[in-house]
Amino acid sequence: MTDTPRVATLTSAERTRLIHSGLRRRHLSEQVFKGLGLAAIILALGFVALLFADVLRKGVPAFVQSNLHLAVTYDPAIIAVEPAPIREAGQSDADFRAVSLKWQRDVALLNWNKVVEASLRAAAPVGFEIDSKQILTTAETDARHRIRELFVADPTLLGKTVEVEVLASANAANWIKGNIDRSLPDTQQQLSAPARALIDQFTANGTISSGFAWSILGNVDSRAAPAAAGLAGAFVGSLFMMLIVVVLAVPIGVASAIYLEEFAPKSRLTDFIEVNINNLAAVPSIVFGLLGAAVFINYFHLPLSAPIVGGLVLTLMTLPTIIIATRGALLGVSPALRQAALGMGASKTQMVFHHVLPVTLPSILTATILGVAHALGETAPLLLIGMKAFVASVPATPFDQATALPVQIYLWQGNENRNFFEPRTAAAIMVLLALMITLNGFAIYLRSRLEKRA
Amino acid sequence: MDMLAGKVKRTEATINTMATRPDAHTAPDRPIRINAEDVTVHYGAKQALFGISIEIPDRAVTSFIGPSGCGKSTFLRCINRMNDTIEGAKVGGTITLDGENIYDPSLDVVELRARIGMVFQKPNPFPKSIYENVAYGPKIHGLARNKADLDEIVISSLKKAGLFEEVKDRLNEPGTGLSGGQQQRLCIARAIAVGPEVILMDEPCSALDPIATAIIEELIDELRENYTIVIVTHSMQQAARVSQKTAFFHLGKLIEVGPTSDIFTNPVHKQTQDYIMGRIG
Repeated sequence: MTDTPRVATLTSAERTRLIHSGLRRRHLSEQVFKGLGLAAIILALGFVALLFADVLRKGVPAFVQSNLHLAVTYDPAIIAVEPAPIREAGQSDADFRAVSLKWQRDVALLNWNKVVEASLRAAAPVGFEIDSKQILTTAETDARHRIRELFVADPTLLGKTVEVEVLASANAANWIKGNIDRSLPDTQQQLSAPARALIDQFTANGTISSGFAWSILGNVDSRAAPAAAGLAGAFVGSLFMMLIVVVLAVPIGVASAIYLEEFAPKSRLTDFIEVNINNLAAVPSIVFGLLGAAVFINYFHLPLSAPIVGGLVLTLMTLPTIIIATRGALLGVSPALRQAALGMGASKTQMVFHHVLPVTLPSILTATILGVAHALGETAPLLLIGMKAFVASVPATPFDQATALPVQIYLWQGNENRNFFEPRTAAAIMVLLALMITLNGFAIYLRSRLEKRA
Repeated sequence: MDMLAGKVKRTEATINTMATRPDAHTAPDRPIRINAEDVTVHYGAKQALFGISIEIPDRAVTSFIGPSGCGKSTFLRCINRMNDTIEGAKVGGTITLDGENIYDPSLDVVELRARIGMVFQKPNPFPKSIYENVAYGPKIHGLARNKADLDEIVISSLKKAGLFEEVKDRLNEPGTGLSGGQQQRLCIARAIAVGPEVILMDEPCSALDPIATAIIEELIDELRENYTIVIVTHSMQQAARVSQKTAFFHLGKLIEVGPTSDIFTNPVHKQTQDYIMGRIG
């Protein structure tokens, strides 16, 4: 170099001026970047707030249900059935069960709607004119089952009058909540004019009262009785799947990550495996559903619509997430700690399990819980393994048919009884979100606790 | 402040005693403990060490000096096979400990590292309690028969490392909460607890302030009564203060080795002379 660098020929004043002239631009670009970042955050938070506000606005009313308080008379004229069988001396269990079942069948064949109708009429003002079909639209269709079950449980009710609380019908609930436009002409109303008038009467005289909708949390799904449709089955289904994911994905994922990161020789093969794990994390979830249908159901003949299959599919889906997160955490452990352990004469396994794993535990746990929470909200793969079937029971084992919370949301969202199920769907979303927030909160709690300990 | 002043005073006194000990700066006639012959190290395609041959005497301090990147730490790490843990590192030649080749495939590296302890440049206590830090080695090597045994090992190791008085009331507190100098002494206690024959120290004072450094140097001088110590240091003054034998490394080669007093007062090679005079490094 023959030239003297320009900076050396500058006087101090010139140098200051040069630096100063660029300063405004540099500060400006920083301001612009900060502004953009802030705007991005405000925008994101705004959308989240909008989503939550919308869900809450729609969902909260669904947590209020309308209850009908009826004085039910078990009128022997309607309930014309032999007395319930009493166990005779010397009768075997099986015989007694057969007789009891026959009696229950006979009871079920009675016209329980007449009992419901009589109870409703008893609650209505004297001389209120309404036909049988119309009056029955005020109570939910499962009222007759409730009343019959009480009788089966206690046959001595025959001839007596008892207080029973049943659900008002979905349409009645909508009418009371004001979800139905009262100015619509009769032809466009789902409830007949006398039924609407009767519901207003019931509300006025306290026969219908509002209460917290335990039906959403405690009942299983129902199509015939929309007001009684609940999330219990889906909730337990989701719980089973979560359990399977935790039991399978966590140990397998963490073990694979430890092996790959700490023990596997660095070779083309491990590189290949690593690339594929990363790719697997990006595979659309519906593809995992297809795989589940093909492998677990068609090949291994596991039951359709069962949480076990859902759990296995979600496990496959969560594995890459857990492996990647765990490897990242292991990679972040300072080499000084590893050297300290090895320098003490710890074997590699001892180094990993005594020193490296304990310090990475918080991040591994957090990643795992977030992975499980993600799996909990997954819908697409479950649709392909039959978990979108209408299931009206709580699964007792992971091999029973069930559905899952996100799938239940999808099913309710598609229900034709729009103005009743729209709030119901939002309520289901609230339950799912509450579960997610609980899991995330648990992750945060665990993390801070473990980090404090370390 | 008083405590600090006390430490400084003690340290000055120590340095004075160290200087007056008859064998302080000369290699006494000690048997050879470690013998390295023609050791080479490659990191991948790059050669880091070229034919290092050196004898390390028993129960004395041998120091390795030289400019950054000269290979002194690399050679130190060959002695307890820590280079094994580095991807692509290849060690050639032989190193024997009491006549036994430590690179013999039949030798278990875990056992070797129990016999040759190591203290690292940056204090690296485990993120566990002070007690757990010292107890870890005896635990994994099965050296303590019971809890009382272990307690004794922990206390005596902490005492030997000159740390016990400072931490005796907080043995269950995390070792990472100690000051840098205390952490480094904890690491020394941790190494001693296994009862090693040799202690390797890789620039143990480079992250410490002068007072903590002086305390560690004093400790090293005490420890050489019972242990063979090899120390890598950046500071020539430190080498002069603590070691009896000094080896000067430059660009991966061992330039000169001899009694510390000879190296510092009468170096044979020009490179050694230049380094000591501060002309290279």
